[in-house]
This record gives sequence, C-alpha cells and structure tokens, in this order.
Amino acid sequence: MTDETQQIHEVIDRVIRPEQVHRDVYTSPGIFRLEMRNLFPNSWVYVGHESQTPNPGDYITTQIGDQPLLQVRHSDGEIKVLYNRCPHKGTKIAIDKAGNTGKFFRCPYHAWSFKTDGCLLAIPLKKGYQGTGLEGTEAAKGMAAVGSWHNYRGFIFARLAREGIAFEDFFGDSLSSLDNMVDRSPVGSLTVAGAPLRYMHRCNWKMLVENQTDTCHPMVAHESSAGTAVKIWESMDKTEDTPKPPAMEIIAPFMSPYEFFENMGIRTWPNGHGHTGVHHSIHSDYSAIPGYFESMVEAYGEDRAKEILGENRHNTVYFPNIMIKGPIQQLRNFIPLAADKTLVESWIFRLDGAPDQLVARTAMYNRMINAPTSMVGHDDLEMYERAQEGLMADGLEWVNVQRLYEEGEDLSQEAVLNGTTERQMRNQFNAWKRFMIGGAA
Amino acid sequence: MKPEEITDFVYDEAWMLDQGQFHDWLDLWLPEAIYWMPLNWNQQDPINETSLLYEDNFMLRLRVERLHGARTFSQKPKSRCHHVLNRPRIEEVSDDEARVVTQMHYVETRLDEQMLLALTVRHHLKRVDGKIMIAGKRVDILNCDAAFGNIQLLP
Ligand code: FES
Ligand SMILES: [Fe+2]
Repeated sequence: MTDETQQIHEVIDRVIRPEQVHRDVYTSPGIFRLEMRNLFPNSWVYVGHESQTPNPGDYITTQIGDQPLLQVRHSDGEIKVLYNRCPHKGTKIAIDKAGNTGKFFRCPYHAWSFKTDGCLLAIPLKKGYQGTGLEGTEAAKGMAAVGSWHNYRGFIFARLAREGIAFEDFFGDSLSSLDNMVDRSPVGSLTVAGAPLRYMHRCNWKMLVENQTDTCHPMVAHESSAGTAVKIWESMDKTEDTPKPPAMEIIAPFMSPYEFFENMGIRTWPNGHGHTGVHHSIHSDYSAIPGYFESMVEAYGEDRAKEILGENRHNTVYFPNIMIKGPIQQLRNFIPLAADKTLVESWIFRLDGAPDQLVARTAMYNRMINAPTSMVGHDDLEMYERAQEGLMADGLEWVNVQRLYEEGEDLSQEAVLNGTTERQMRNQFNAWKRFMIGGAA
Repeated sequence: MKPEEITDFVYDEAWMLDQGQFHDWLDLWLPEAIYWMPLNWNQQDPINETSLLYEDNFMLRLRVERLHGARTFSQKPKSRCHHVLNRPRIEEVSDDEARVVTQMHYVETRLDEQMLLALTVRHHLKRVDGKIMIAGKRVDILNCDAAFGNIQLLP
C-alpha cells in the first residue's frame, strides 16, 4: 500500500461506523474531492437515456460528478460516452444540452475534428505537426472515452475508471426495479418526456439519496403540504361522489401513518442499492387508466401483466446517486457539485404504447412533488439545508443511522425488513466506504 | 372592459401578493381557472410534460393555506415578495373578456437570500357578476430552465 492509499484508508475508516457516520462525510471539501476521485469513477453512474439521442450524431451534454461528458449516437447506431473535452487545449466540444453534430464533432477553438466515437479525424494545417511526434501523444488519440459504459434497456450507465467492477456485478438483482419500470410499457420501452426539473440544493448530495428511503419523515416534514391537502379536502362540502381532486391521489398518501410505512417494507441489495415499498407503497392506490391494463394483457398475458403492475416499489436507490420510481416512471439524478451543493434533475418517461394519461399523471407528480416551485419540495429542502447548517455544530460529531440496527448486520446479502429501518442508509455507507478505497474489493 | 380597469386589475393583483393578502388573492380566481408556469421557453404542452406549476383552485388554495400553517417549517421565518410592473399590454378585449400581457420583475426573499426573476405574465380576465376575475394566468420565467432553489411564493 502506498502512503497515499494508506492515508485514504485511515480517513475513510475514521468517518464510517456501522451505525453512525461522521459529519465530515457531508461537510468536508477534502472528502468531497475523494468522492470525485474514487467513489464516482469506481462506481457505475447514470449518464442519460437512449431516447435522448435517437439518431446518429445526436448527443447530449451531461456529467458524472465534476466530469463533463457527452452521450452520443455514433454512425454505427451505438451510443458512446466521451469526455466533453478537446484533446488539444481542453475546450468543451459541445455546450448546449442536446443537439445533432452530424458525422463529426468540430472543436470551436482551432477546428480539430473528431468522429462521433471520439477518434481524431482532422487537424487544420496538419503539416505543422510533421516530425513533432504528435502521433505518440494522447492528443492524437482524439476525445477520450470513459472507462466503460453499458446500455441497460435504454438507460446508459458509465464507469469512468478503466478497470473495475463489471456492470452486472455492480447492480445484480437490483436491476429488477429498472426492469419493472420498462416492463410497464406494453412494448417494453420508455421515452424521456420533455426537459427535467432542475433544482439546486445547498446541501450534500448524500442527504438527498438517504432521504429516498427515509420513511420516518413524510408525516412530519410534509404535514404542511400533504397534511393541509387532506384537511382542505375534508373541510370541503362534498357528497359521496364528489370527485377527488387529482392532486389528492398523489399527495395524500404522504400523510400515511407510521404503520403504513413499517408494513410496506424495505429491500436492500449488495453494493448500496435498495428500495422502499416491497408490499405496497404510496403509489399503490392510483386509479386505473382506461385501456392501459387491456393493452398490458394483450402484450404480456394476464398473469404477467398483473405481476408487473402489482409491483409498487416506491423509491429504488441505485448507488451512488440516482433514484427511480417504477410505478410513476421517474428518475431523479442527484448530481454532486460541491460538499454543500447538489443539482437535482427530475426526469419523467413516457411508457411507449401506453395511454397519454399515464405520462400526464407522471408530469403532475413531478411538478407537485419535485419542482423548485412545489410545496413538497420546499418541505424537504428546508430540512436538508437546516441539516447542512446544523452539522457545523462542534458539540456533536456523529450522524445516527441506527434505526433497527443489529450488530453484525450482513450487508452483502439481500434482505427485506420493516419499512422504517435505516438499513438502506447503512447499506449505502458500507458501499461508499468500499468504493472510496478503490472499488468493490 | 375599459383599458384602465384591466391595467388596474393587474397592478392590484401584484400589490395584493406583495402585501401577503393571499386569501383575497384567491378570491380573484374563477373556479375553473388554471395558474400555469411552464418549465420551458415557449412550452406548448402543460399536461404531458413537466411544468413548474399547473394548478387548479384546489392546489392554489392548498398553497395559500400551507403558507399560513403552524408546521410549515420552510416558512419559518416567512418569505416576502415584490413585483415591479411594466405597463400591461392589452392584446384582446371585448365587453366581458380580456387578454393582457405584462412584463414584471419579481423579487422573493427569505433569511439572507434574495432572488430576482424576470417574468412575462399573461392574464385571461373575465367579468362575472360585474367583477373582473382571473380565468387563467400563465407566467413565463425568463430563465425558466435554470436550476433554482426554492421559489415559495407566487410570481
Ligand atoms: S482547443 Fe480544440 S482545437 Fe484547439
Ligand atoms: Fe420528503
């Protein structure tokens, strides 16, 4: 072990205990830099969806942590993931969120050009490089590709590091949540529906990820939004058949009692993945949309259709930093920008071959729960920002994630537990520790 | 509708919001009216894509009640807002109906933070029982696609 690796081990060992984590994991810029250098490169991280780049030459600009990336559809029809950086002097090749570059990228600074797989195509006045040894440099190789990437049913993930854990080994059985979201389309595919909500959070990215499986906060933090909605509904003059405002169906379940969340269950998988809503969830009681079930039965047969739609997984966390909601076709990306700054992108998907009302409900969910203008979002962000400030208090150093902890907990095994356990948070920190020191070893 | 009536209405509504008279503000809305704030520049579809807001009377009422709730932690302390208006441009007008567009600067503040938004606000107004009411309102934020922190009051 080199001195440096030794030091990293010491730092990481110091801040993670099985049932508590040191506040430095949320507040220290040094630990944030280590996350950017080790954790994110060694993990498989979400890049984008293939429906954002349907045709050759289509690209999106995106990022993993602090790394600027391009997802591009090459002329062979395959998607490539490249660093968005000119090998000449570093200029970002593309700056808009999405576009089509045609057959090649051309750098706007000195017009070096590259094929859509990144290979150097041409340099103006090339003879100026004759005899200079350019061919032997990394610049001559063109735009760099990330270490590895994988298209899983339309979702593009990348591992920045050249060597490391394979895609299937990293995700294992947790892919069942992505499968369920895609299987909800009668033709088995999804399409991104419009632009994402972008919501800036002045707090550490891990607070957001942890909150996805924190089932002890909704009835407390969201009393102001969900609780008020229920109160207004109850106070309205209505008869038996007064239609519920559509918003009620989405927001009211946030006020479910502790018992509801205890019984819904949490499942954890190795490598930090896990989900709430094993038996039922806040998405279980959405009303049926005409024609949808029929089209699912036609596509899959009745038993399988019931099985697919019977899953009501609430939030599935894919370690390190995304959450998906199968029953509502949503993906939230928690992009770390600094120890105390996180960009949240909330994307929604259309189920190909399914009625429009489904994507309409998804859009409603997104704007009601996850928008910077949404009341539910305000409830949560207030708590994260108060935590970020509160953690500066020197009187206490540890953050407690002990709920339903048992000594000797084996996080390398899948498990299903009481829905209010903090096991999934411990699971994330266990994976965090391993990937921070260089991979899943 | 007379031009002064229309412009007075637009100015008065903004004043009400700035004074925090949210319950009075709710009374300006017709029951079927929608408050739309698109997420994208020139967004056409409010239903099948995400918007920042697309709210009916129930949701607006929820918003206002929530602002006054005892356990609304994100409003302890409360936010304040301030609108500055250009002269409204009346685009269509008849006896009982008008469409008017107004450029505004909107400032929202809480604790030590202050945010400035540039808005294009489109009102659809109707006269009902002699009173001018909001039949629909669309607010386009100039940088609608930027990453914001909380926007808690009503631009
Ligand atoms: S920096 Fe890209 S061509 Fe010079
Ligand atoms: Fe929440």
